Amino acid sequence: MAENTNLDYQKKKNKEEMKQQVITFALMIVFTIIAFAMVLSDLDKLFVVPILFLLAVVQVIFQLYYFMHMSHKGHEMPAFMMYGGIFAAFLTLLGLTVLVWW
Amino acid sequence: MSSTTMTQKQGFAATLWDYLTTVDHKKIAVLYLIGGGFFFILGGLEALAIRIQLIQPNNDFVSNGFYNEIMTMHGTTMIFLAAMPLIFALMNAVVPLQIGARDVAFPFLNSLGFWLFAFGGILLNCSWFLGGAPDAGWTAYAPLSVVSPGHGVDFYVLGLQISGAGTLIAGINFLVTIINMRAPGMTYMRMPLFTWTTFVVSALILFAFPALTIGLFLLMFDRLFGSGFFDASLGGNSIIWEHLFWIFGHPEVYILILPAFGVFSEVIPTFSKKRLFGYTAMVFATVLIGFLGFMVWAHHMFTVGMGPAANSIFAVATMAIAVPTGIKIFNWLFTLWGGNIKINSAMLWSLGFIPSFTIGGMTGVMVATAPADYQYHDSYFVVAHFHYVIVGGVVFAIFAGLHYWWPKMFGKILNETLGKITFWTFFFGFHLTFMIQHFLGLMGMPRRYAVYLPNQELELGNVISTIGAFLMAFGAIVFVINIIVTTTKGEQVSGDPWNGRTLEWAIPNPVPHYNFKQLPLVRGLDALWIEKTEGRKELAPAEPLDDIHMPNPSILPFVMSLGLFIAGFGFIYQVDHPSWLIVLFIGMGITLGTMFIRSIKDDHGHHIHKEDLDEEAR
Repeated sequence: MAENTNLDYQKKKNKEEMKQQVITFALMIVFTIIAFAMVLSDLDKLFVVPILFLLAVVQVIFQLYYFMHMSHKGHEMPAFMMYGGIFAAFLTLLGLTVLVWW
Repeated sequence: MSSTTMTQKQGFAATLWDYLTTVDHKKIAVLYLIGGGFFFILGGLEALAIRIQLIQPNNDFVSNGFYNEIMTMHGTTMIFLAAMPLIFALMNAVVPLQIGARDVAFPFLNSLGFWLFAFGGILLNCSWFLGGAPDAGWTAYAPLSVVSPGHGVDFYVLGLQISGAGTLIAGINFLVTIINMRAPGMTYMRMPLFTWTTFVVSALILFAFPALTIGLFLLMFDRLFGSGFFDASLGGNSIIWEHLFWIFGHPEVYILILPAFGVFSEVIPTFSKKRLFGYTAMVFATVLIGFLGFMVWAHHMFTVGMGPAANSIFAVATMAIAVPTGIKIFNWLFTLWGGNIKINSAMLWSLGFIPSFTIGGMTGVMVATAPADYQYHDSYFVVAHFHYVIVGGVVFAIFAGLHYWWPKMFGKILNETLGKITFWTFFFGFHLTFMIQHFLGLMGMPRRYAVYLPNQELELGNVISTIGAFLMAFGAIVFVINIIVTTTKGEQVSGDPWNGRTLEWAIPNPVPHYNFKQLPLVRGLDALWIEKTEGRKELAPAEPLDDIHMPNPSILPFVMSLGLFIAGFGFIYQVDHPSWLIVLFIGMGITLGTMFIRSIKDDHGHHIHKEDLDEEAR
């Protein structure tokens, strides 16, 4: 009996996850279309580039959390290390941009 | 049959082959100890040459050019080739035992990391015999390092690139080991502090060393392949080197000092017979120092002209580091407070560390004050400051750690009398050498100059400093004698000579090469001590006795590193004549060839069978 409940729970969870993945996948395609459309259109560069970066960042987050299962339990350490690495790289880039090139 | 007795029965060639091919973390620790010890002596001799040169004004013990070389090589050797490998020696010897693992996660890479370091160090020091060592300072600031004539700086670039790759590999290895290979029950908040600091340090290595790699590549292309990254006349910017170097360089000093903190956090509780005071705060402080370490690099560059805003931000961030460090100092003091203190050599080094390092921290806050730093910058005050933190912190920790873990590494306790002689001479020598340098700096003596003029009241201070340096050398020599005496005459001790608290002391002496017959079950912080308080002598096993899977030894890491060593000469000399490219191709061929062999040859390791383990127990 207990096993059966577990199986049902697992099935429900898998279904839920599948739904999320399909939604995310659709969103990512939409984002990509938006990105291409923006580049094709005659919008101001100063407007397009930051939005493109924002879309890229969101896509990376989708990729990590929905397709590479970082939302699951047991991924705290990889997440921590990745954010640590992003933190160090961001500081480096910020420092070099602000102090050397500006 | 234990690994130690097996070694004794082997001939010299067999032992040599054993060490060339070993992937056992305990033997790699010994290799790191030998390599780091050798370079420590070499760097020490360079330091003595510097002090002899400066014993009197306008001295001509060495020429100005040669002074630049020994000054550069002293710094480079001590940081990259002595302090780092000696720290790695302790990490390799202790961390797998402390977390209850049978080896590191990637034994092959562990061996590769060592051989890359060794060959990088040898390549760097080959420069002495091939037209002159690097002479642009250990920081190799551009544009001086780009235009420095001869091949000295080329050896610096290639040597550090190779040994840096080894360090990066070792860092990744420890990260994976500590995350994945802890014994059952050993949660993160039950890890001994030395393991914690190793963990944080490995993360720092992972994030900091790429900056050095990039910087060295840019410098290499500027010097050897005609690019102009640092050449203003070609549109480059020499300040980029300074930034890249210190984005690596500042985390590097924490890479050195955090394991030192870890060592003291093991030694002090053991010999105070008390649990470490404020364990959680200690862990938190370690992680915080790790993060802050990446936010302060530009405090090495206050006088570059970054402007008051940038200087203020980096000054404040730097001073913030004094907070977690202060937490640590107070926690050690509170650990001592009310403890049942036993003072031996390991404890002496730890007690000596606290005031010495605090002085270094205090002058650290002083040089972090950006406006005041314009006065201190490039003077002997800075030299005194960083020797107080590196010698008073890291070197003291290495001595403390060696005394503490020597019985685990070699089965014998280092001679106490000789250990105390080493401590007292080195301790007084150290303060004699560097305390006075604060004042020499304030009186205007610039660092890195080969001579100073008479009648500027700098004579007496320099004489005192040189006397101190010789006292330190005396202490170091006594330590070498101590090692020889202990090895030849010392007696084997039990696996737990200090009445220790952590897992490594639960293992019998000598340590079997598979470390744990059965992985232990950890029930809390200070796992062994918990069992002792409940009247047991050892930890409960977490698994039934079974076959043990162990990695096979391999010569490939040695050959792989040798290939890069050969290729290094090719890279350096191809600017003189294109035929040197042949050497480059041969070297890279050897490295890539061994990598190919490693990739296609399946090596599943071997098993130690249950029956053999039973046999041994009888």
